[in-house]
Amino acid sequence: MPQFGFTISQPRAVNLDTNDLVPAEKILHDLPELQTCIACGSCTATCTAGNLTSFNFRKVHTLVRRGEYREAYEQMDKCMLCGKCRLVCPRGINTRAVVMKIKRELGDY
Amino acid sequence: MGKEVIVVGGGIAGMQAALSLRERGAEPVIVERAERLGGKLAGWHKLFPTFTPAEEVLGPLRRRVEEAGIRVLTGTEVEELVPGGVVVSGGRRLAGDATVVCSGFELFDARLKEEYGYGIYDNVFTTVDVERMFNEGRVATAQGAAPRRIAFLHCVGSRDEKVGAHHCSRVCCITGVKQAIEMKELFPAAEIYNFYMDIRMFGPGYEELYRRAQLDYHINFVRGRISEASQTIDGRVQIKAEDTLVGRPLKMTVDMLVLIVGMKGGASNGSFARSGGLQVAGNGFMQPLDPFAGNVLSQRDDVFYAGTVTAPKNIGESLNEGVAVAERVAGYLKL
Amino acid sequence: MKRNSWQEYQKDVADDGYYYLRSCIRQNFFPGSEKAFIRILREELGRDLYDDPAHTSCTGIGYHSDVVPHQTIMTVVARQFALAAEAGYENLAVSCITSFGVYTETLETWREFPEVEEKVREDLYRATGRELRKPKNVSHASDIIFHHREAIRQRAKYPLVNRRTGEPLRGVEHIGCHYAKIFPKEGIGGVEFPYVLAGMIESWGGEVVDYPERRHCCGFGFRNYIVQANRGFSIANSQKKFESMAPYKPDFIVTNCPGCPMFLDRWQYTIAEIEGTTYGEDGKGIPVLTYEELAGLVLGYDPWELGLQMHQVDVEPLLNKMGTEYDPAAKYLMPNGKYIGRPEPAMVNLGAE
Repeated sequence: MPQFGFTISQPRAVNLDTNDLVPAEKILHDLPELQTCIACGSCTATCTAGNLTSFNFRKVHTLVRRGEYREAYEQMDKCMLCGKCRLVCPRGINTRAVVMKIKRELGDY
Repeated sequence: MGKEVIVVGGGIAGMQAALSLRERGAEPVIVERAERLGGKLAGWHKLFPTFTPAEEVLGPLRRRVEEAGIRVLTGTEVEELVPGGVVVSGGRRLAGDATVVCSGFELFDARLKEEYGYGIYDNVFTTVDVERMFNEGRVATAQGAAPRRIAFLHCVGSRDEKVGAHHCSRVCCITGVKQAIEMKELFPAAEIYNFYMDIRMFGPGYEELYRRAQLDYHINFVRGRISEASQTIDGRVQIKAEDTLVGRPLKMTVDMLVLIVGMKGGASNGSFARSGGLQVAGNGFMQPLDPFAGNVLSQRDDVFYAGTVTAPKNIGESLNEGVAVAERVAGYLKL
Repeated sequence: MKRNSWQEYQKDVADDGYYYLRSCIRQNFFPGSEKAFIRILREELGRDLYDDPAHTSCTGIGYHSDVVPHQTIMTVVARQFALAAEAGYENLAVSCITSFGVYTETLETWREFPEVEEKVREDLYRATGRELRKPKNVSHASDIIFHHREAIRQRAKYPLVNRRTGEPLRGVEHIGCHYAKIFPKEGIGGVEFPYVLAGMIESWGGEVVDYPERRHCCGFGFRNYIVQANRGFSIANSQKKFESMAPYKPDFIVTNCPGCPMFLDRWQYTIAEIEGTTYGEDGKGIPVLTYEELAGLVLGYDPWELGLQMHQVDVEPLLNKMGTEYDPAAKYLMPNGKYIGRPEPAMVNLGAE
């Protein structure tokens, strides 16, 4: 093969036609209130870990709900399980349970 | 013989205004361009946020107008507002002591947003089409199948400089939520995605319905505006958006794309303004005298407004203005 | 196809008396195309077209790559306008899509900011002694072929029909971004459902393929291609289009931009080499044509005179479907009989014989 000096870039789009949404549906089945997230960002604003690292709980769970699981498990390792996010959530989402659920369900991605 | 008041438009605001005027002893006459009273609500199936059949609002209003013996001229369009009355289709003059303009709004023509292919692609619909399908009792894709995936797009014709609409049409957000729930009830296995820029739940019970849509009906709300729709080889619709909350483009194929069309100012507003010394606001709706104490008044003493002729409003607000305008007309006519 | 909206976007296209503004890269990429345009206009349609050796590049590539400033390109444009007026022409026929975008953008800038026009007028006079006179009509050369499409159809030797089956040939039309994405009103059919190339395909007997990524850019993107390390996302955009159009089994792709046919043609080769993926029939590529080449084939011009041997993806499958008569042995010969060499066999080609 000729050396072109570049490769074909892979699309960054979240492709809902090909993403496997079954693991996400399982998480939402057990923690349905996660669907009521209105992306206020309070969880991330108050996050002990998010102020020191790139951890963004809101973004990771939104990606998970779109079937993008890569690194979600590793991301959740950053959570210190302090629970402040659960206190501030205006939708009453059990955020710690979401963290634990993602760790249980998405270890293979 | 009481004072004659011309009510321009026989939608809900016009019917309510006429009824309230009659109660105060005036002689209202409703001039309606369609063949039947009811306005835009006549094509609607159920109402947000309670899923009340539209007929439960319209039926009693129509019946009361009839029982009160209010004069109704259907199939008649008001062309001009002139001193001492109006000019209707055919150039005929109709005299009145005051005029209440309840001519409502126009629906945004979704074909103007060409990138969504409405009128070109078979499975692109508007909220109006969906209400019609609900009314006909047959909701299906153009191929006659039950949809497995439906996308709703908010703000079509609203908040969009490209179509000359800077305003928010207000009621479309809750309409999208209502229709998403109705679709989910019809097709429980279907995945439903609502693409929005902001969710504006301004009315009582609206925010609660939005939460139920998320929690009980598993409607997916994606913050991002669809940039274009295209037809796939099997007649479905491919859409592109950004999931702005994760900062990545998103694409998917759906069986139905529903464009949640906004409200725009009435087509006759310009001629009303020219003929009668009234003002059209920058958003195309009529400009009331002021937005607080004078929101049913115009720049002319003998011309009044009620309903969506001045701005996008929901049914309750429109009906309230029908009641309120009678008070103001009564004051002017010393009833 | 249910798309009549193009009729709502009618632009005026001059009928005769064109000042031809050539592209700086098309003569290298597709050397027979501009020659075919001149031949069609003059010989087939009997139109007056002036091919002026004095005009220059519009410098659009430099402008879009951030090396030519706006004021500079506007002055270059003003000189082209002055040359046309001096030659006695008021209608421009612009070969390149980006030049067309540059000319319309410049005129629109002057309309909105008359003081900018005055400054350019002074600069032009100081630099060249020429007087700026604005053209009456600026059309892309594809607008002009579109305008004359019925006259071409009447002279067609090989309509876009499969000779063997009688079925219309399926054509993908790809519009250069700077044709109507800058000013939708400047494009026949606007920007979402452009009709300039679709109209040619339909008029000449073919069928237009509307595929989901029809409106997507080919990925050329000037600096994105010019920098080698960025070519990965240039090629990925073309690939996105190929993946989207392949299920429709198009017989050809027709374009109206200098860059698009280059990249849609060459990237098919590159993708095949990198990934082994091809998008045409029998594991080959999809032939990519310029609109002049397509018109030339319809009119029965010799494919090698049209320069089709310069394409990476072999065009013979299309020629065979149309029933075009051609001499396979003459493919790599100059008109004077000199052998010009031939490409190495590759997956998108027919291979070594």
